[in-house]
Amino acid sequence: MPAATPDGGHASLCPPYSPPRRSRFALPHGSLAWRVFAIQAVVLVLIAAFLAWVAGNVIANITRLNINTGFSFLSRPAGFEIAQKLIAFGENASYFDVFVIALINTVVLTAIAILFATLLGFVIGLARLSSNPLVAGVAAAYVEIVRNVPLLLQLFYWYFAVLRPLPGPRQSLNFFDIAFLNKRGLFVPYPVFEPGFGVLLATIAVMVLVGIVLAWMNQRHRMRTGTGLHSVRAIALLLLIPPLLVAWLTGFPLSWDVPALSGFNFSGGMTVIPEFVAMAIALSLYGAAYIAEIVRSGIRAVPAGQIDAARAVGLRRGAINRFIVIPLALRVMLPPLGTQYIVLLKNSSLAAAIAYPDLMLVFAGTVLNQTGQPFEVMLVTMASYALIGLAIGAAINLLNRRVQLVER
Amino acid sequence: MKILLAAAFAALVCTSAHAATLDTIKQRGTVNCGTAPNLPGFAYTDDKNVRRGFDVDLCRALAAAVLGDADKVQLSPLNLRDGFATLTTGGVDVLTHRLTWTYNRDNGTGLDYVLTIYYDGQGFMVPKAMNVKSVNDLKGASICVAQGSTTELNIADYFRSRKMDYRIVTFQDLDEARNAYDQGRCDAWTNDRSALAARGLQLKNRDAHVILPEIISKEPIGPLVRQNDSQWAHIVRWTLFALIAAEELGVTQANVEEMKKSEVPEIKRLLGIGDDLGQKNGLSADWAYQAISRSEITARSSSAISARRRGSA
Repeated sequence: MPAATPDGGHASLCPPYSPPRRSRFALPHGSLAWRVFAIQAVVLVLIAAFLAWVAGNVIANITRLNINTGFSFLSRPAGFEIAQKLIAFGENASYFDVFVIALINTVVLTAIAILFATLLGFVIGLARLSSNPLVAGVAAAYVEIVRNVPLLLQLFYWYFAVLRPLPGPRQSLNFFDIAFLNKRGLFVPYPVFEPGFGVLLATIAVMVLVGIVLAWMNQRHRMRTGTGLHSVRAIALLLLIPPLLVAWLTGFPLSWDVPALSGFNFSGGMTVIPEFVAMAIALSLYGAAYIAEIVRSGIRAVPAGQIDAARAVGLRRGAINRFIVIPLALRVMLPPLGTQYIVLLKNSSLAAAIAYPDLMLVFAGTVLNQTGQPFEVMLVTMASYALIGLAIGAAINLLNRRVQLVER
Repeated sequence: MKILLAAAFAALVCTSAHAATLDTIKQRGTVNCGTAPNLPGFAYTDDKNVRRGFDVDLCRALAAAVLGDADKVQLSPLNLRDGFATLTTGGVDVLTHRLTWTYNRDNGTGLDYVLTIYYDGQGFMVPKAMNVKSVNDLKGASICVAQGSTTELNIADYFRSRKMDYRIVTFQDLDEARNAYDQGRCDAWTNDRSALAARGLQLKNRDAHVILPEIISKEPIGPLVRQNDSQWAHIVRWTLFALIAAEELGVTQANVEEMKKSEVPEIKRLLGIGDDLGQKNGLSADWAYQAISRSEITARSSSAISARRRGSA
């Protein structure tokens, strides 16, 4: 009896051997690939059936219970007030407008937290690797303490730590009569764009574009001849003239709305509410502890041989860091860094506890309470967090791909 | 795993969906109620780790009426956001909570309000030192508030209709709103007056604050049940009516045994002597007697009422 080949044919019976034709969809019966395919198909069908059954059940129950469904509530007037509005929000704002404002608040908070957590995380991560035991010890203590205390407690701590020392509105800290700080927030001047500002902005944009083209030409010239264009500095200075001219012609179309004390509080200008400050501090400090560990692991992952080799060719410490350690470490760091950014986004939803008007507090809170449509509101909220998270992930992947290209 | 999940889900949906609530309760042996997590006077945990308060007592009275035992209750502390969904999905049988009866909550939610137990109203607390005499003086003020279904909307309506601007600081939780107000984050603190009175007791210096005279809203508060189960809705409604009737007739937990010998026809009817009103709702003849004698609501409700009165003082 001749031995059967894995593809089911009998080798000795059919010389010369020709490989079986395999198309993607016609898997040979009984093969491992076929079994895997069959199992996956069955599981997929089961999951689909389960989801369909759940959906059917939910729909049947919603109908039976007379629950209003659908997203038409989004166009109904919301009527309530929000503490932090980065876009205009009138009396007739709909629930959808409220959603947009809350979403912006979440995104702004997350972006600020990511920025500061990254900066601080790099500093602490490097400090942990320092040869100075005091610096390394302090950094290690910071990481261990911050990582092991629940974020919610840290939020409350920072919120009341920010609030307590600040004075009331009438005893505000005064910065040159243009900015004020008290328990109600930080009050700063707000730019008012007058007619003609668009022209000025356009002029500036054009000049910046010209400047970029000039710099690029200069660089190309330098690559070809070894010397830069001599006149480039002079031309760059000339670029300043058109915007100044336009500004003078339009009568400087920018003024500042300076906050002033009236009644209970400052009016005018822009307010940075203490809830935002507390959230930004707490999230940044918390994220920094994790990012510090990511930085440390990234740098530790750089093979010592690479650094030895760099030293052997005579590179200086700064150059070694810039050209060898950081590019190599970045490859290791980027994927977990992306995960950490998404974690920060999700952690920002704790903001509701200290009255920062984010998606969770305003939309999944007040809107849910007022409309009594928890399914839809929660669905929109979850989809929003998922989409922002996916966007962060995609951005990091893009960056990661560019870093990986360095590999040869 | 998946099959387990499916079975669990099926069990959840089916019990909540198809069986009558009363049958489910009898089979399960407990009445499940959703109450506020922590509100002195209404639903709170005392120093012996026992849940107490007016809303909790209501739940115990229901258990006594249905099961003849006031301790056969399961009390779920629920915040506003979770309350409705938990009732809808069958997690609790009734919300004896502080939920205002509003159009949006009664219509299109699959839930029904049973009756109004009491009327609350939204008020404002300010530090005495501010020398504010009326809500109308709060133009431009920062106002701390805890999320509610109507709380934020009430302020918005009141201030907008008077062309007054204000800055709102909205918290999820009553205690955080009070703490922030206590720290000076806001010029005023607003909520239902019962909540201002109850939670205000925990301010650093309660005497330094005053509740302003205006009541800017009417908040009818009462229990909620699922729609389409009128038997259970009737049991909740008539148990409460029976308790109110008992108070009017002077029947309390202390004297109910004596009252059984009463010759007053109304009391006899109430206590199920010589008549069986319970059977129409699948209850025993002495359901109201059970509710009165086994739950302490008639004895204890005074604490809640006094809290309420402090609020409107």
